[in-house]
Order: sequence, then structure tokens, then C-alpha cells
Amino acid sequence: MEIKGRKFQGYRRENGRVGVRNHVIVLPVDDISNAAAEAVANNIKGALALPHPYGRLQFGADLDLHFRTLIGTGCNPNVAAVIVIGIEPGWTNKVVDGIKTTGKPVEGFWIEQNGDHNTICAASKKAKEFVQYASEIQREECDISELWVSTKCGESDTTSGCGANPTVGDAFDKLYDAGCTLVFGETSELTGGEHLVAERCATPEVRQQFQAMFDRYSAMIDRHKTSDLSESQPTKGNIEGGLTTIEEKALGNIQKIGRRCKVDGVLDKAETPDKPGLWFMDSSSAAAEMVTLCAAAGYVVHFFPTGQGNVIGNPILPVVKICANPRTVRTMSEHIDVDVSSILKREINMEEAGDQLLEMMVRTANGRHTAAEALGHREFVLTRLYESA
Amino acid sequence: MSIDFVVHDADDSVGVVVVEGIKAGQTLTGWVMHQDQTVTFAVSNDIPIGHKLATRDLAEGDTVIKYGVDIGRVVKPIKQGEHLHVHNVKTKRW
Repeated sequence: MEIKGRKFQGYRRENGRVGVRNHVIVLPVDDISNAAAEAVANNIKGALALPHPYGRLQFGADLDLHFRTLIGTGCNPNVAAVIVIGIEPGWTNKVVDGIKTTGKPVEGFWIEQNGDHNTICAASKKAKEFVQYASEIQREECDISELWVSTKCGESDTTSGCGANPTVGDAFDKLYDAGCTLVFGETSELTGGEHLVAERCATPEVRQQFQAMFDRYSAMIDRHKTSDLSESQPTKGNIEGGLTTIEEKALGNIQKIGRRCKVDGVLDKAETPDKPGLWFMDSSSAAAEMVTLCAAAGYVVHFFPTGQGNVIGNPILPVVKICANPRTVRTMSEHIDVDVSSILKREINMEEAGDQLLEMMVRTANGRHTAAEALGHREFVLTRLYESA
Repeated sequence: MSIDFVVHDADDSVGVVVVEGIKAGQTLTGWVMHQDQTVTFAVSNDIPIGHKLATRDLAEGDTVIKYGVDIGRVVKPIKQGEHLHVHNVKTKRW
């Protein structure tokens, strides 16, 4: 299938970026503002609260990442407008000002000296305005090259490496040629195949940056480990599914970056790329953390291959599930968007499987709800770097 | 022809069972994906879907090859057709 030049119906935002969803979100700055944010979302139908457990007493790089993730989530083009609620005005306004750079409607509210009641009342009135504003925004024709697509796999098994992951790889090769902006990550999950990723880096500089990120992550694991990580990485579910070592898991994982596309650059966690191509993001391999970071970096559609059946979703980023394990697609069919189990029966080849995924990607971009969206999976999980002060 | 297991590369020492209910003693048909060849082996254990069988005899200390790449070391001898997993193979990293 020729994906280059394909069109889809998206939402063009004030800054020119294109989204495929039209969410109005209520974003708490900190854990103690969750109750107010959830009350606003309960009052106003169509507003979506994104509760999380952090935001107090963080400092240094960990605090920078907290702000980058919240601001990035608000800036994501799948979001039409944002209500920000924090305990006090300083950090609330920092998040508001960060989102404001996109030109989209955003307003902040804080609880100290107002209390939950007045904050919820004022924020609900503004959220109602935003929901009505968003409901009148029309989809318009956009080019496929304007789509930002992320990938991360989860609860992988051996069928991931021979079916679902190379399906994503085939689609990534085609999207790369079409001028899309792509990302993969999962730093620890490249262990045993890191040399293969290094060989795919577009320049010696990118290769050096990638290697430095990989080495730092490996040193962190060496510092904290109390075993060979079996049952953590690979997970208990991976082992149940037949994956034996991290090396085997990693080699399956990197099938997702296809055969042709080059790694054009590296990103810090939740960092937004500045040009099209394939990016590597230094990131956790835990599904909800990584997908949350992709959403914060500005990605609008996510490819999630699974073997044993990870059920993850995200509040603002549609997560398309791909599975090649015939048992999983039978026992967990409500979670799977693209069934590629016929690859392992030799009924279709990888090229055809990649095309099936791209077709589902276009349908998802046009508005089809993914399985995870329909089932209400909204895992929003912030990555922490170290202890709070 | 229907297949019971896949092997990524002809040089690999393992294959992955892709059907349910494989029992000890069965003769399985495998597909070597990279070279597009067909191979057959008898299995000596019950092997769940997704789990691996050794496609050659492996001695303690040997390197296990999958995708043409090192995926770990053998910690207990494994015969061709036996179940190969965490009980007889460990990571060389971490």
C-alpha cells in the first residue's frame, strides 16, 4: 500500500500541529489537586481529568521532567483546551504559561485561599466554555506526513518478535518514507541488541548520544540491582509467554524500527522532536510510563504490539493494539485492534500485515476509537527520576 | 502447509512454538523465516505456545542464538527437541 500522500481528517491546532482527538483536559499540577480536577470533570460532560500521584517537593531534573510532562500533555494536538488546577498559583501558572505557547485556550485555578468549592465552581464554568468551544472545531483534510506516531510494546512474548513487532517495523519503514515523525524508546529493553540500534543511527553524533543514554541507563540498573532482573525485565508475563532472557526480549523489541529507517536523533524523556524522522527517546520500558512520555512529546497515534495481552491505554493518545498470538487474540479479543496471527500461519506476509496496521492507523486518525479508548483505559503515569526532597 | 513452530534464521539454535497443545513425542513442522525453508523435529517435552525448543544439542556454557544473535548462555545441557527456557538458559547481562 502506498501510504505516502494519503490524507486523513484531523484537527489543525493554532500552532499548525495536527491532532486526531479533540479532548478538553483538566490537568492537576499536584496530587492534592486531583479531587478538584475530578470534580470539574464530573460536573462538565466532555471534560477529562488526568489525576496523578506527584508534583510536591520534587526538585532538579526530576522536577523539570514533571513540568515537561504536564506541559507537553497540555500542548499535545489531541488536546483542544486545558484547565490547570494546582494548590498554589506559582507552579500552576508555570504549567499554564507553558501550554499557552501553543495558542490553545488554557486557564489556571488554584486552591489555597479559595478552597475546593470555589475552585471547582470557577474551573467548571471555564471548562463548560472550553467543551462548547471544542465541540464546534471541525476536522479537516491533513497529509499523512503531519502525523506523529510512537511505538512501545508490552507483555511481549516470542510471537511479538516474529509477528506483531515486525508488523510495526514494516509500517514504520513506510511512514518514514512518507515523512512522518516517529519515536521508539525503552532504553533497558535494548540490552543485547543495543549494537544493532547503534548501527542504525544516521550520524556518528547521534550514535554517540544514543550510546551515552544506553550506558547511563545500564549503569543505573547495575547500581540498584539485587538479581539478574528476571521477572522484572523480562517480566513474569514475558517469561510465561516464552521469553527467556533480556537479550531475547530486546531483539524482538527492536523489530519495531523496521529494516530501512534510520535513527535521526535522540530525545530526553517527554522532549519534543524538532524535525520529522525516527527518534529514540531515553525512557522507561514500563508501558504506561513510556506511552505517557510519548503523549507529552507530542505524538498523536501509538502502535502497541503485545503478545500476552497488555491492556494499556492513555487519556489523550489513542493506543492501537497489534497481536500475533492466536491464543491472546482468542481470549482477549476485546483488547486487540489489529490481529496479525495469520502471519504465523503463513497466510499473510509482513508487508500485508504492515498495510493492515497502516489502514487501522488511518481509521484511528479519522476518529475510530481504539479498543483501549472504548474500554476506558486512561493510564496516565508520570516517570520519576529519584526521591522527593 | 500448516506450521507448528518458527525459526528466525537457519543458524539459530531455537525455534518458537506457535500453536497450542504441543505434546512430547510429536513431530513438528517448522518454518525458517529468513531462508523460507521448512524443517521437522520431534519434541521431547510438552511445549506451551510461545515457548522454545532447541533445534540442536547444546552443552553447558554454550551460547544460544536467535535472530542470528546471542540471547544467553546454557546452564544445563539441552538436547535437540527439548524445551529451552529459564530452567536451562540465563542472561549474560545483568
